[in-house]
Amino acid sequence: MKPRYTFGGDEHLFVEVDEEMSLDAFFKSLSMTRIISERAIDGVTEVCPANASFQVKFNPDIIAPETLLQTMQSIEAEAEGADPVLQTRLIEIPVYYQDPWTHETLMRFRERHQDPQASDLEYAARINGYDSVEAFIAAHAGSPWFVSMVGFVAGLPFMYQMVERERQIQVPKYLRPRTDTPKLTVGYGGCFSCIYSVRGAGGYQMFGITPMPIFDPDQQANYLSDFMVFFRPGDIVKFRPIDRAEYDRTVKAVEANTYTPKIREIDFDLRAFNADIRGYNARLEGMINDD
Amino acid sequence: MTIKVLNPGLLTSVQDLGRPGYFHLGIPVSGAMDRFAMRAANLLVGNDEGAAGLEAVFVGPTIEFQADTVVAVTGADMPVRIDGEAQPGWTALAVRAGQVLSFDFLTAGARIYIAVAGGIDVPVALGSRSTYPIGALGGFNGRAIAAGDALPVGESGGSPEAGKSVPDDLRRKAPMPVELRILPGLYDHRVTTESLDRFFNEEWKVAPEADRMGYRFRGGTPLEFIEREQPFGAGSDPSNIVDSCYPYGSVQVPGGTEPIILHRDAVSGGGYFMIGTVISADMDLIGQLQPNTPTRFRRVSMEEALDARRERAARLERLRMTLG
Repeated sequence: MKPRYTFGGDEHLFVEVDEEMSLDAFFKSLSMTRIISERAIDGVTEVCPANASFQVKFNPDIIAPETLLQTMQSIEAEAEGADPVLQTRLIEIPVYYQDPWTHETLMRFRERHQDPQASDLEYAARINGYDSVEAFIAAHAGSPWFVSMVGFVAGLPFMYQMVERERQIQVPKYLRPRTDTPKLTVGYGGCFSCIYSVRGAGGYQMFGITPMPIFDPDQQANYLSDFMVFFRPGDIVKFRPIDRAEYDRTVKAVEANTYTPKIREIDFDLRAFNADIRGYNARLEGMINDD
Repeated sequence: MTIKVLNPGLLTSVQDLGRPGYFHLGIPVSGAMDRFAMRAANLLVGNDEGAAGLEAVFVGPTIEFQADTVVAVTGADMPVRIDGEAQPGWTALAVRAGQVLSFDFLTAGARIYIAVAGGIDVPVALGSRSTYPIGALGGFNGRAIAAGDALPVGESGGSPEAGKSVPDDLRRKAPMPVELRILPGLYDHRVTTESLDRFFNEEWKVAPEADRMGYRFRGGTPLEFIEREQPFGAGSDPSNIVDSCYPYGSVQVPGGTEPIILHRDAVSGGGYFMIGTVISADMDLIGQLQPNTPTRFRRVSMEEALDARRERAARLERLRMTLG
């Protein structure tokens, strides 16, 4: 894993920490972006972490591109020694899988799909070797997910499955992107799950929908009163399957502003996770279910 | 005071110089696509350069003023009328309560900027009044303006003088064919050298899919990728990468066929490789390109990019001296 530096025009330095996705790459990127933010480098205006890369926006009138590049390389060396630990949130997200709204939408765009005869879930289950949609949903909801990037559109989380690579779900995106996706659709593309924060175009497979808004410029929900975007890179998500009745109840509770997401503050340690993935995930599950 | 929208035109929105600082959460920079024209319009009417005005694309709006004020229209060539009478562009114009601003057909360029003394005073959202329609954020109720809207206008800080005008040599005309300067980089190593050379030698044309999110181009040869086993998480198409940030101005080529230059309302990231980035000095120009405009992409070095940036800053400084 050797970071690659390249300029995005005269205002961005782009750092690809690794070509492939892994939690190790994310944590290396996190260590570097933390140091950049702490140093408050004159002329650096924004630091944007992505999955296995990050972008630094700078003003070349204040810091010369070459100077910034050298600074970044010294930061890379400094980050080598950083512990891969993170104080973060463990969040439960209720998901109504196989809901009627994403189903109606996926039927409208069947000609853009690899397998027009199957639903997105049937297709994803089959190509990942699951016997049934139910078994596939159990796998999707059965492990925690790591928010490795927030973006694309406002507040959309990219989530990376916290299991051994051979167990990771992978599903190609639609052959051609849809022009419509219901708001709060739980989607899947490549090795990432996502939640569409707003209605709009999209290419990820559609598995279900959450009743819980994650972006609201009016900040009406109590849990969005501090900021209009719910997710932050580094959050850990656990999906919980819900039925139509609970979905409807939750939507009402959100409207009445009595809904509060289940959140636990935790300390995540990548070394402990890598040493015993199943055991670590079982402990995370215990924490979220501990009322 | 307010101004009343009688007809919104094709797509007209409230914009200022943008909303930097939230890209890491997927909130784009937004703001005027041609920021030089937006600044000029504001300076003409005595506003701060960062005041909010209206950006209209291809078709101008029709607007009625509810009080006496000063307005200016800059950007594309689109004849200006007040109560039907022809008025000059790039000039501070006095209007009286009840008068109506309207426009004839566009003759060159793509976007006009309308500044009113005091600025459009919609609420500030995350540090900006710019409209981000996908997120229903900023602007007038988070959307493009519509007939019947009453847009609030702020108190004018100065005493704007009608008659002030931007000298001709400071009004940017798009050269034909258009040349956009690109610093290669990001993921350009994914395509062959010959393919990259051809990309920079061929003539492209602006596609109809050109908006505030991005400008698509057609007419060139599809790119040839260097074969590789796709990295884990990148997706199966050779133009796919592990989803990353997309720099403002970056040039992505989904499937290797049609380049898209990302602009002010673009998605903040995704899984398509990028071949390079349009230099900051040329971003305003893109906002004035019409579909079918012949365009060439010219490869430049960082040094040339910085020279162009200094030239642009000097031009802006001359504008400030002239109108200040």
